[in-house]
Amino acid sequence: MTTPVLRLEKVRKTFGSEVVLEDITFTVPVHTATVFIGASGSGKSTLLRCINLLDQIDDGQILLDGEDISAADINPDEVRKKLGMVFQSFNLFPHMTVLENVILAPTKVQGVAKDVAVDEALELLKRFGLKDKADQYPDRLSGGQQQRVAIIRSLARHPRLLLLDEITSALDPVLVNEVLSTVRDLKREGMTMVLATHEMGFAKQVADEVCYLHNGRILEWGAPSAMLESPSRPETKEFLRRVHDAGRL
Amino acid sequence: MKKNSGRGSFEGATPSEFNSGYDFGGQWSPSELELARRQARKKKNQRSALIAALSSFLVLGTLVIVIVTSPGWETLRNTFFKWAYGVEVLPKIILGFGTNAMLTVIAGTSVALLGLAIALLRTSRSPALTPFRFLATAYIDIFRGIPMLLVILLVGFGIPALQIKGLTNNVLILGTLAVIITYSAYVAEVIRSGILTVHPSQRAAARSLGLSHFQTLRHVVLPQALKRVTPPLLNDLVALIKDTGLVSILGVTDAVRAAQIQTAKTFNYTPYVMAAIVFLLVTIPLTRWTDRMLRNSLEKQNAQGQA
Repeated sequence: MTTPVLRLEKVRKTFGSEVVLEDITFTVPVHTATVFIGASGSGKSTLLRCINLLDQIDDGQILLDGEDISAADINPDEVRKKLGMVFQSFNLFPHMTVLENVILAPTKVQGVAKDVAVDEALELLKRFGLKDKADQYPDRLSGGQQQRVAIIRSLARHPRLLLLDEITSALDPVLVNEVLSTVRDLKREGMTMVLATHEMGFAKQVADEVCYLHNGRILEWGAPSAMLESPSRPETKEFLRRVHDAGRL
Repeated sequence: MKKNSGRGSFEGATPSEFNSGYDFGGQWSPSELELARRQARKKKNQRSALIAALSSFLVLGTLVIVIVTSPGWETLRNTFFKWAYGVEVLPKIILGFGTNAMLTVIAGTSVALLGLAIALLRTSRSPALTPFRFLATAYIDIFRGIPMLLVILLVGFGIPALQIKGLTNNVLILGTLAVIITYSAYVAEVIRSGILTVHPSQRAAARSLGLSHFQTLRHVVLPQALKRVTPPLLNDLVALIKDTGLVSILGVTDAVRAAQIQTAKTFNYTPYVMAAIVFLLVTIPLTRWTDRMLRNSLEKQNAQGQA
Protein backbone atom coordinates (compact mmCIF):
# COMPACT_ATOMS: atom_id res chain seq x y z
CA MET A 1 0.00 0.00 0.00
CA THR A 2 1.30 3.45 -0.83
CA THR A 3 1.94 5.95 1.94
CA PRO A 4 -1.04 8.26 2.39
CA VAL A 5 -0.44 11.99 1.91
CA LEU A 6 -1.74 12.74 5.37
CA ARG A 7 -2.34 10.65 8.44
CA LEU A 8 -3.44 11.89 11.84
CA GLU A 9 -3.27 9.62 14.83
CA LYS A 10 -5.00 10.31 18.13
CA VAL A 11 -4.46 14.03 17.82
CA ARG A 12 -5.44 16.13 20.81
CA LYS A 13 -5.47 19.91 21.08
CA THR A 14 -6.34 22.07 24.05
CA PHE A 15 -6.56 25.79 24.63
CA GLY A 16 -5.86 26.08 28.34
CA SER A 17 -8.35 23.82 30.07
CA GLU A 18 -10.63 23.62 27.05
CA VAL A 19 -10.26 20.49 24.93
CA VAL A 20 -10.73 21.53 21.30
CA LEU A 21 -9.75 18.32 19.53
CA GLU A 22 -9.69 14.83 20.97
CA ASP A 23 -8.71 11.47 19.55
CA ILE A 24 -8.66 12.65 15.95
CA THR A 25 -7.57 9.84 13.65
CA PHE A 26 -7.98 9.80 9.90
CA THR A 27 -6.12 9.12 6.67
CA VAL A 28 -6.07 11.08 3.42
CA PRO A 29 -4.82 8.98 0.48
CA VAL A 30 -3.36 10.72 -2.55
CA HIS A 31 -5.85 12.36 -4.98
CA THR A 32 -8.70 12.23 -2.47
CA ALA A 33 -10.66 14.86 -0.60
CA THR A 34 -11.65 14.55 3.03
CA VAL A 35 -14.39 16.94 4.08
CA PHE A 36 -15.05 17.96 7.66
CA ILE A 37 -18.53 19.11 8.57
CA GLY A 38 -19.80 20.24 11.93
CA ALA A 39 -21.17 23.22 13.78
CA SER A 40 -19.14 26.38 14.32
CA GLY A 41 -16.77 25.79 17.22
CA SER A 42 -16.62 22.05 16.65
CA GLY A 43 -12.88 22.33 15.94
CA LYS A 44 -12.75 22.26 12.13
CA SER A 45 -10.57 25.35 11.72
CA THR A 46 -8.30 24.37 14.60
CA LEU A 47 -7.80 20.98 12.99
CA LEU A 48 -6.63 22.58 9.74
CA ARG A 49 -4.42 25.05 11.59
CA CYS A 50 -2.82 22.15 13.47
CA ILE A 51 -2.06 20.29 10.23
CA ASN A 52 -0.45 23.48 8.95
CA LEU A 53 1.52 23.80 12.21
CA LEU A 54 -0.01 27.23 12.84
CA ASP A 55 -1.20 25.68 16.12
CA GLN A 56 0.70 23.09 18.14
CA ILE A 57 -0.98 19.82 19.03
CA ASP A 58 -0.93 18.52 22.60
CA ASP A 59 -0.83 14.82 21.86
CA GLY A 60 -0.85 12.35 19.01
CA GLN A 61 0.96 12.50 15.70
CA ILE A 62 0.62 14.09 12.29
CA LEU A 63 2.30 12.35 9.37
CA LEU A 64 2.78 14.09 6.03
CA ASP A 65 3.96 11.66 3.35
CA GLY A 66 4.94 9.36 6.18
CA GLU A 67 7.10 11.98 7.88
CA ASP A 68 6.21 12.94 11.43
CA ILE A 69 5.63 16.70 11.14
CA SER A 70 4.56 16.96 14.78
CA ALA A 71 8.09 16.02 15.88
CA ALA A 72 9.77 18.55 18.14
CA ASP A 73 12.73 19.15 15.83
CA ILE A 74 10.68 19.77 12.69
CA ASN A 75 11.06 23.08 10.86
CA PRO A 76 7.54 24.42 10.23
CA ASP A 77 8.72 26.51 7.28
CA GLU A 78 9.90 23.34 5.50
CA VAL A 79 6.61 21.55 6.19
CA ARG A 80 4.51 24.48 5.01
CA LYS A 81 6.29 24.46 1.66
CA LYS A 82 4.37 21.24 0.94
CA LEU A 83 1.02 22.58 2.15
CA GLY A 84 -1.38 25.10 0.67
CA MET A 85 -3.89 26.79 2.91
CA VAL A 86 -6.89 28.90 1.96
CA PHE A 87 -8.71 30.85 4.65
CA GLN A 88 -12.31 31.84 5.18
CA SER A 89 -11.36 35.54 5.02
CA PHE A 90 -9.16 35.22 1.87
CA ASN A 91 -6.22 36.99 3.58
CA LEU A 92 -4.79 38.34 0.35
CA PHE A 93 -2.05 40.90 0.91
CA PRO A 94 -3.79 44.23 0.28
CA HIS A 95 -0.61 46.13 -0.59
CA MET A 96 0.25 43.79 -3.44
CA THR A 97 -1.40 43.27 -6.81
CA VAL A 98 -3.00 39.93 -7.63
CA LEU A 99 0.10 38.90 -9.55
CA GLU A 100 2.44 39.96 -6.73
CA ASN A 101 0.33 37.98 -4.27
CA VAL A 102 0.67 34.87 -6.40
CA ILE A 103 4.42 35.08 -7.09
CA LEU A 104 5.48 36.06 -3.55
CA ALA A 105 5.97 32.56 -2.19
CA PRO A 106 7.46 31.01 -5.37
CA THR A 107 10.07 33.77 -5.68
CA LYS A 108 10.87 34.36 -2.00
CA VAL A 109 10.46 30.88 -0.55
CA GLN A 110 11.13 28.48 -3.38
CA GLY A 111 13.73 30.56 -5.18
CA VAL A 112 12.00 30.47 -8.58
CA ALA A 113 13.30 33.14 -10.98
CA LYS A 114 10.89 36.04 -11.19
CA ASP A 115 10.11 35.80 -14.91
CA VAL A 116 9.46 32.08 -14.59
CA ALA A 117 7.18 32.66 -11.60
CA VAL A 118 5.31 35.43 -13.44
CA ASP A 119 4.76 33.23 -16.49
CA GLU A 120 3.45 30.42 -14.36
CA ALA A 121 1.25 32.74 -12.30
CA LEU A 122 -0.29 34.26 -15.43
CA GLU A 123 -0.91 30.77 -16.76
CA LEU A 124 -2.75 29.84 -13.55
CA LEU A 125 -4.73 33.09 -13.54
CA LYS A 126 -5.69 32.49 -17.14
CA ARG A 127 -6.81 28.97 -16.39
CA PHE A 128 -9.16 30.23 -13.70
CA GLY A 129 -10.38 33.20 -15.73
CA LEU A 130 -8.63 35.90 -13.72
CA LYS A 131 -5.87 36.95 -16.09
CA ASP A 132 -7.33 40.43 -16.63
CA LYS A 133 -7.16 41.01 -12.85
CA ALA A 134 -3.42 40.33 -12.60
CA ASP A 135 -2.45 43.97 -12.07
CA GLN A 136 -5.36 44.91 -9.81
CA TYR A 137 -5.25 45.28 -6.07
CA PRO A 138 -7.37 42.84 -4.05
CA ASP A 139 -9.84 45.49 -2.83
CA ARG A 140 -10.94 46.02 -6.44
CA LEU A 141 -12.05 42.39 -6.71
CA SER A 142 -15.29 40.74 -5.66
CA GLY A 143 -15.16 38.31 -2.73
CA GLY A 144 -15.40 35.34 -5.06
CA GLN A 145 -12.55 36.61 -7.20
CA GLN A 146 -10.44 37.30 -4.12
CA GLN A 147 -10.97 33.79 -2.85
CA ARG A 148 -10.08 32.31 -6.23
CA VAL A 149 -6.88 34.36 -6.22
CA ALA A 150 -6.16 33.00 -2.73
CA ILE A 151 -6.58 29.46 -4.07
CA ILE A 152 -4.31 30.23 -7.03
CA ARG A 153 -1.79 31.75 -4.63
CA SER A 154 -1.50 28.46 -2.77
CA LEU A 155 -1.49 26.44 -6.00
CA ALA A 156 1.46 28.41 -7.36
CA ARG A 157 3.65 26.62 -4.84
CA HIS A 158 2.64 23.15 -6.10
CA PRO A 159 1.45 21.94 -2.71
CA ARG A 160 1.26 18.27 -1.92
CA LEU A 161 -1.92 18.89 0.06
CA LEU A 162 -4.43 21.72 0.01
CA LEU A 163 -6.22 22.79 3.19
CA LEU A 164 -9.43 24.74 2.61
CA ASP A 165 -10.98 26.35 5.68
CA GLU A 166 -14.62 27.28 5.10
CA ILE A 167 -13.58 29.12 1.99
CA THR A 168 -17.11 30.17 1.02
CA SER A 169 -18.43 31.26 4.41
CA ALA A 170 -17.60 34.93 3.87
CA LEU A 171 -19.14 35.07 0.40
CA ASP A 172 -22.59 36.05 -0.67
CA PRO A 173 -24.57 33.15 -2.15
CA VAL A 174 -24.17 34.26 -5.77
CA LEU A 175 -20.38 34.21 -5.48
CA VAL A 176 -20.15 30.86 -3.70
CA ASN A 177 -20.54 28.87 -6.90
CA GLU A 178 -17.58 30.30 -8.78
CA VAL A 179 -15.32 29.36 -5.88
CA LEU A 180 -16.77 25.89 -5.50
CA SER A 181 -16.42 25.15 -9.19
CA THR A 182 -12.76 26.09 -8.94
CA VAL A 183 -12.34 23.51 -6.17
CA ARG A 184 -14.22 20.93 -8.21
CA ASP A 185 -11.75 21.53 -11.07
CA LEU A 186 -8.85 20.97 -8.70
CA LYS A 187 -10.36 17.77 -7.43
CA ARG A 188 -10.76 16.53 -10.99
CA GLU A 189 -7.11 17.25 -11.63
CA GLY A 190 -6.17 15.04 -8.72
CA MET A 191 -5.35 17.55 -5.97
CA THR A 192 -5.33 16.01 -2.51
CA MET A 193 -7.44 18.10 -0.15
CA VAL A 194 -8.76 18.49 3.35
CA LEU A 195 -11.75 20.81 3.60
CA ALA A 196 -13.93 22.29 6.28
CA THR A 197 -17.25 23.47 4.91
CA HIS A 198 -20.88 24.27 5.57
CA GLU A 199 -21.87 23.58 1.98
CA MET A 200 -23.34 20.07 2.16
CA GLY A 201 -24.20 19.81 -1.53
CA PHE A 202 -20.65 20.68 -2.38
CA ALA A 203 -19.33 18.23 0.21
CA LYS A 204 -21.29 15.49 -1.49
CA GLN A 205 -19.78 16.36 -4.88
CA VAL A 206 -16.10 16.55 -4.01
CA ALA A 207 -15.65 14.40 -0.92
CA ASP A 208 -14.28 10.90 -0.92
CA GLU A 209 -14.86 10.81 2.78
CA VAL A 210 -16.97 13.00 5.05
CA CYS A 211 -16.21 13.32 8.75
CA TYR A 212 -18.67 14.81 11.20
CA LEU A 213 -16.85 16.74 13.91
CA HIS A 214 -18.76 17.22 17.14
CA ASN A 215 -17.23 18.92 20.20
CA GLY A 216 -13.74 18.15 18.99
CA ARG A 217 -14.29 14.48 18.17
CA ILE A 218 -14.92 12.70 14.88
CA LEU A 219 -18.30 11.27 15.73
CA GLU A 220 -19.07 9.65 12.43
CA TRP A 221 -17.39 9.23 9.07
CA GLY A 222 -17.95 7.54 5.77
CA ALA A 223 -18.74 7.96 2.09
CA PRO A 224 -20.58 11.23 1.40
CA SER A 225 -23.83 9.70 0.23
CA ALA A 226 -24.13 7.42 3.23
CA MET A 227 -23.05 10.11 5.69
CA LEU A 228 -25.24 12.89 4.39
CA GLU A 229 -28.33 10.88 3.53
CA SER A 230 -28.52 8.23 6.20
CA PRO A 231 -26.31 9.13 9.14
CA SER A 232 -26.48 6.68 12.03
CA ARG A 233 -25.72 8.93 15.02
CA PRO A 234 -28.48 11.10 16.44
CA GLU A 235 -26.10 14.10 16.73
CA THR A 236 -25.26 13.88 13.04
CA LYS A 237 -28.94 13.62 12.16
CA GLU A 238 -29.72 16.65 14.29
CA PHE A 239 -26.88 18.67 12.72
CA LEU A 240 -27.90 17.78 9.18
CA ARG A 241 -31.52 18.61 9.99
CA ARG A 242 -30.49 22.06 11.20
CA VAL A 243 -28.32 22.62 8.14
CA HIS A 244 -31.24 21.56 5.99
CA ASP A 245 -33.57 23.99 7.77
CA ALA A 246 -31.06 26.74 7.11
CA GLY A 247 -31.34 25.95 3.41
CA ARG A 248 -27.78 24.77 2.94
CA LEU A 249 -28.51 21.23 1.78
CA MET B 1 -47.40 42.94 -4.96
CA LYS B 2 -46.17 41.57 -8.25
CA LYS B 3 -42.47 41.28 -8.80
CA ASN B 4 -41.12 43.84 -11.25
CA SER B 5 -39.45 42.29 -14.22
CA GLY B 6 -37.20 45.28 -14.77
CA ARG B 7 -37.09 48.96 -15.51
CA GLY B 8 -40.22 50.35 -17.09
CA SER B 9 -42.72 48.21 -15.24
CA PHE B 10 -43.45 50.68 -12.48
CA GLU B 11 -46.89 51.78 -13.74
CA GLY B 12 -49.08 52.82 -10.91
CA ALA B 13 -46.14 53.26 -8.55
CA THR B 14 -45.23 56.56 -10.19
CA PRO B 15 -47.21 59.60 -9.03
CA SER B 16 -48.90 61.16 -12.02
CA GLU B 17 -47.61 64.67 -11.32
CA PHE B 18 -44.05 63.36 -11.27
CA ASN B 19 -42.34 63.64 -14.65
CA SER B 20 -39.95 60.72 -14.93
CA GLY B 21 -36.42 61.67 -15.99
CA TYR B 22 -36.45 59.23 -18.92
CA ASP B 23 -37.83 60.05 -22.34
CA PHE B 24 -38.95 57.37 -24.77
CA GLY B 25 -35.45 56.63 -26.01
CA GLY B 26 -34.33 55.79 -22.45
CA GLN B 27 -32.18 58.96 -22.42
CA TRP B 28 -32.00 60.60 -19.03
CA SER B 29 -32.48 64.28 -18.38
CA PRO B 30 -32.99 65.65 -14.89
CA SER B 31 -36.63 65.71 -13.85
CA GLU B 32 -38.27 68.88 -12.54
CA LEU B 33 -38.17 67.38 -9.07
CA GLU B 34 -34.39 66.94 -9.30
CA LEU B 35 -33.91 70.40 -10.81
CA ALA B 36 -35.85 71.97 -7.94
CA ARG B 37 -33.78 69.97 -5.46
CA ARG B 38 -30.54 71.19 -7.03
CA GLN B 39 -31.77 74.77 -6.95
CA ALA B 40 -32.61 74.46 -3.25
CA ARG B 41 -29.23 72.92 -2.44
CA LYS B 42 -27.44 75.70 -4.30
CA LYS B 43 -29.33 78.33 -2.33
CA LYS B 44 -28.47 76.59 0.92
CA ASN B 45 -24.76 76.50 0.01
CA GLN B 46 -24.77 80.18 -0.92
CA ARG B 47 -26.31 81.05 2.42
CA SER B 48 -23.71 78.96 4.29
CA ALA B 49 -20.89 80.71 2.46
CA LEU B 50 -22.32 84.12 3.28
CA ILE B 51 -22.66 83.26 6.97
CA ALA B 52 -19.10 81.90 7.09
CA ALA B 53 -17.70 85.06 5.48
CA LEU B 54 -19.66 87.34 7.78
CA SER B 55 -18.69 85.54 10.97
CA SER B 56 -15.00 85.42 9.95
CA PHE B 57 -15.04 89.12 9.23
CA LEU B 58 -16.66 89.90 12.57
CA VAL B 59 -14.39 87.72 14.72
CA LEU B 60 -11.10 88.60 13.04
CA GLY B 61 -12.05 92.29 12.72
CA THR B 62 -12.83 92.52 16.43
CA LEU B 63 -9.53 90.83 17.25
CA VAL B 64 -7.54 93.29 15.14
CA ILE B 65 -9.35 96.28 16.59
CA VAL B 66 -8.77 95.08 20.17
CA ILE B 67 -5.07 94.57 19.57
CA VAL B 68 -4.39 97.72 17.57
CA THR B 69 -6.29 100.00 19.96
CA SER B 70 -4.61 98.54 23.04
CA PRO B 71 -2.43 101.02 24.97
CA GLY B 72 0.83 99.08 24.47
CA TRP B 73 0.36 98.53 20.74
CA GLU B 74 2.81 101.21 19.58
CA THR B 75 5.61 99.91 21.81
CA LEU B 76 4.87 96.33 20.87
CA ARG B 77 4.97 97.17 17.18
CA ASN B 78 8.32 98.86 17.54
CA THR B 79 9.95 96.04 19.51
CA PHE B 80 8.48 93.03 17.72
CA PHE B 81 7.46 94.14 14.25
CA LYS B 82 10.16 96.53 13.05
CA TRP B 83 10.15 95.17 9.52
CA ALA B 84 13.14 97.16 8.23
CA TYR B 85 15.29 95.66 10.98
CA GLY B 86 13.74 92.27 10.39
CA VAL B 87 14.74 92.29 6.73
CA GLU B 88 18.24 93.38 7.74
CA VAL B 89 18.79 90.37 10.03
CA LEU B 90 16.92 87.89 7.85
CA PRO B 91 20.01 86.55 6.00
CA LYS B 92 21.68 85.65 9.30
CA ILE B 93 18.55 83.86 10.50
CA ILE B 94 18.19 81.96 7.23
CA LEU B 95 21.85 80.99 7.50
CA GLY B 96 21.11 79.74 11.01
CA PHE B 97 18.08 77.85 9.71
CA GLY B 98 20.47 75.95 7.45
CA THR B 99 21.70 74.29 10.65
CA ASN B 100 18.14 73.39 11.60
CA ALA B 101 17.53 71.96 8.15
CA MET B 102 20.72 69.92 8.23
CA LEU B 103 19.92 68.72 11.74
CA THR B 104 16.43 67.72 10.62
CA VAL B 105 17.77 65.66 7.72
CA ILE B 106 20.45 63.90 9.76
CA ALA B 107 18.31 63.38 12.86
CA GLY B 108 15.24 62.45 10.77
CA THR B 109 17.12 59.71 8.93
CA SER B 110 18.73 58.35 12.08
CA VAL B 111 15.45 58.48 13.99
CA ALA B 112 13.65 56.57 11.24
CA LEU B 113 16.24 53.76 11.34
CA LEU B 114 16.66 53.66 15.12
CA GLY B 115 12.91 53.94 15.73
CA LEU B 116 12.22 51.09 13.33
CA ALA B 117 14.87 48.92 15.01
CA ILE B 118 13.45 49.59 18.47
CA ALA B 119 9.89 48.94 17.28
CA LEU B 120 10.96 45.62 15.74
CA LEU B 121 12.73 44.63 18.95
CA ARG B 122 9.68 45.45 21.03
CA THR B 123 7.35 43.46 18.80
CA SER B 124 9.68 40.48 18.35
CA ARG B 125 8.83 37.23 20.07
CA SER B 126 12.13 35.45 19.71
CA PRO B 127 13.38 34.23 23.11
CA ALA B 128 16.97 35.14 22.17
CA LEU B 129 15.93 38.79 21.98
CA THR B 130 14.30 38.89 25.41
CA PRO B 131 16.93 41.15 27.04
CA PHE B 132 16.79 43.53 24.08
CA ARG B 133 13.02 43.59 24.22
CA PHE B 134 13.27 44.57 27.86
CA LEU B 135 15.87 47.24 27.08
CA ALA B 136 13.77 48.62 24.23
CA THR B 137 10.77 48.95 26.53
CA ALA B 138 12.84 50.67 29.21
CA TYR B 139 14.36 53.00 26.61
CA ILE B 140 10.96 54.06 25.35
CA ASP B 141 9.58 54.55 28.86
CA ILE B 142 12.51 56.70 29.91
CA PHE B 143 12.99 58.94 26.92
CA ARG B 144 9.32 59.52 26.30
CA GLY B 145 9.01 60.59 29.91
CA ILE B 146 11.80 63.20 30.07
CA PRO B 147 11.38 66.69 28.59
CA MET B 148 13.60 66.90 25.53
CA LEU B 149 15.24 70.07 26.82
CA LEU B 150 16.57 68.08 29.77
CA VAL B 151 17.92 65.34 27.52
CA ILE B 152 19.68 67.99 25.44
CA LEU B 153 21.23 69.54 28.55
CA LEU B 154 22.21 66.18 30.02
CA VAL B 155 23.81 64.92 26.80
CA GLY B 156 25.27 68.29 25.78
CA PHE B 157 26.90 69.09 29.10
CA GLY B 158 27.08 65.61 30.64
CA ILE B 159 29.07 63.78 27.98
CA PRO B 160 31.87 66.42 27.75
CA ALA B 161 32.01 66.42 31.56
CA LEU B 162 32.94 62.73 31.48
CA GLN B 163 36.20 63.81 29.87
CA ILE B 164 36.56 60.50 28.07
CA LYS B 165 39.19 60.67 25.36
CA GLY B 166 37.89 60.36 21.84
CA LEU B 167 34.38 61.50 22.74
CA THR B 168 33.38 64.66 21.02
CA ASN B 169 32.78 68.01 22.67
CA ASN B 170 31.11 69.36 19.58
CA VAL B 171 27.78 70.75 20.79
CA LEU B 172 26.21 70.39 17.35
CA ILE B 173 26.90 66.65 17.32
CA LEU B 174 25.84 66.22 20.95
CA GLY B 175 22.68 68.25 20.40
CA THR B 176 21.77 66.16 17.34
CA LEU B 177 22.42 63.02 19.37
CA ALA B 178 20.03 64.19 22.09
CA VAL B 179 17.32 64.91 19.52
CA ILE B 180 17.82 61.47 17.95
CA ILE B 181 17.62 59.75 21.34
CA THR B 182 14.34 61.42 22.27
CA TYR B 183 12.58 61.21 18.93
CA SER B 184 13.52 57.57 18.37
CA ALA B 185 11.48 56.68 21.43
CA TYR B 186 8.40 58.41 20.03
CA VAL B 187 8.81 57.13 16.50
CA ALA B 188 9.41 53.57 17.73
CA GLU B 189 6.02 53.65 19.45
CA VAL B 190 4.28 55.02 16.37
CA ILE B 191 5.79 52.29 14.19
CA ARG B 192 4.99 49.64 16.79
CA SER B 193 1.35 50.72 16.84
CA GLY B 194 1.36 50.36 13.05
CA ILE B 195 2.79 46.85 13.27
CA LEU B 196 0.13 45.88 15.80
CA THR B 197 -2.70 47.06 13.52
CA VAL B 198 -1.78 44.52 10.84
CA HIS B 199 -4.28 41.72 11.40
CA PRO B 200 -2.87 38.38 12.65
CA SER B 201 -4.57 36.64 9.72
CA GLN B 202 -2.11 38.39 7.40
CA ARG B 203 0.75 36.83 9.34
CA ALA B 204 -0.97 33.44 9.30
CA ALA B 205 -1.46 33.66 5.54
CA ALA B 206 2.18 34.56 4.99
CA ARG B 207 3.49 31.83 7.28
CA SER B 208 1.23 29.24 5.70
CA LEU B 209 2.72 30.19 2.33
CA GLY B 210 6.06 29.14 3.80
CA LEU B 211 7.50 32.62 4.40
CA SER B 212 9.87 32.75 7.35
CA HIS B 213 9.28 35.08 10.28
CA PHE B 214 11.67 37.64 8.81
CA GLN B 215 10.23 37.37 5.29
CA THR B 216 6.73 37.82 6.70
CA LEU B 217 7.86 40.97 8.46
CA ARG B 218 9.73 42.27 5.44
CA HIS B 219 7.17 41.56 2.70
CA VAL B 220 3.81 41.50 4.46
CA VAL B 221 3.72 43.21 7.85
CA LEU B 222 6.07 46.19 7.51
CA PRO B 223 4.83 47.48 4.14
CA GLN B 224 1.28 47.64 5.50
CA ALA B 225 2.31 48.98 8.90
CA LEU B 226 4.55 51.76 7.55
CA LYS B 227 1.93 52.87 5.05
CA ARG B 228 -0.58 53.25 7.84
CA VAL B 229 1.73 55.26 10.10
CA THR B 230 3.08 57.57 7.42
CA PRO B 231 0.73 60.46 8.32
CA PRO B 232 1.55 60.40 12.07
CA LEU B 233 5.24 60.06 11.21
CA LEU B 234 5.06 63.16 9.01
CA ASN B 235 3.45 64.87 11.97
CA ASP B 236 6.50 63.93 14.02
CA LEU B 237 8.73 65.29 11.26
CA VAL B 238 7.06 68.70 11.58
CA ALA B 239 7.60 68.56 15.33
CA LEU B 240 11.22 67.55 14.77
CA ILE B 241 11.89 70.58 12.57
CA LYS B 242 10.68 72.91 15.33
CA ASP B 243 12.42 71.03 18.10
CA THR B 244 15.81 71.26 16.40
CA GLY B 245 15.59 74.87 17.61
CA LEU B 246 16.05 73.59 21.16
CA VAL B 247 19.71 72.69 20.56
CA SER B 248 20.39 76.45 20.50
CA ILE B 249 20.55 76.15 24.27
CA LEU B 250 23.93 74.41 23.88
CA GLY B 251 25.23 77.34 21.87
CA VAL B 252 24.65 75.90 18.41
CA THR B 253 24.12 78.77 15.97
CA ASP B 254 20.80 77.77 14.48
CA ALA B 255 17.93 80.10 13.50
CA VAL B 256 16.84 80.59 17.12
CA ARG B 257 20.36 81.31 18.34
CA ALA B 258 21.03 83.65 15.41
CA ALA B 259 17.90 85.59 16.30
CA GLN B 260 18.91 85.66 19.93
CA ILE B 261 22.32 87.13 19.06
CA GLN B 262 20.72 89.92 17.04
CA THR B 263 18.19 90.60 19.76
CA ALA B 264 20.91 90.89 22.36
CA LYS B 265 22.63 93.56 20.28
CA THR B 266 19.66 95.90 19.90
CA PHE B 267 17.09 94.82 22.47
CA ASN B 268 14.63 94.65 19.61
CA TYR B 269 12.69 91.38 19.37
CA THR B 270 11.90 91.49 15.66
CA PRO B 271 14.55 88.82 14.91
CA TYR B 272 12.54 86.34 17.00
CA VAL B 273 9.46 87.07 14.94
CA MET B 274 11.51 86.67 11.76
CA ALA B 275 12.83 83.29 13.00
CA ALA B 276 9.26 82.23 13.75
CA ILE B 277 8.23 83.20 10.22
CA VAL B 278 11.10 81.21 8.71
CA PHE B 279 10.01 78.12 10.67
CA LEU B 280 6.39 78.64 9.64
CA LEU B 281 7.35 78.93 5.97
CA VAL B 282 8.61 75.36 6.17
CA THR B 283 6.23 73.79 8.67
CA ILE B 284 2.88 75.11 7.40
CA PRO B 285 3.16 73.63 3.89
CA LEU B 286 4.38 70.37 5.41
CA THR B 287 1.47 70.32 7.87
CA ARG B 288 -1.07 70.97 5.11
CA TRP B 289 0.48 68.20 3.05
CA THR B 290 0.35 65.82 6.02
CA ASP B 291 -3.30 66.67 6.60
CA ARG B 292 -4.09 65.89 3.02
CA MET B 293 -2.28 62.58 3.17
CA LEU B 294 -4.10 61.65 6.35
CA ARG B 295 -7.44 62.54 4.79
CA ASN B 296 -6.65 60.52 1.67
CA SER B 297 -5.63 57.48 3.65
CA LEU B 298 -8.74 57.73 5.81
CA GLU B 299 -10.93 58.01 2.75
CA LYS B 300 -9.26 54.98 1.27
CA GLN B 301 -9.79 53.00 4.45
CA ASN B 302 -13.45 53.96 4.57
CA ALA B 303 -13.90 53.02 0.95
CA GLN B 304 -12.42 49.64 1.75
CA GLY B 305 -14.76 49.26 4.69
CA GLN B 306 -17.76 49.78 2.47
CA ALA B 307 -16.60 47.41 -0.23
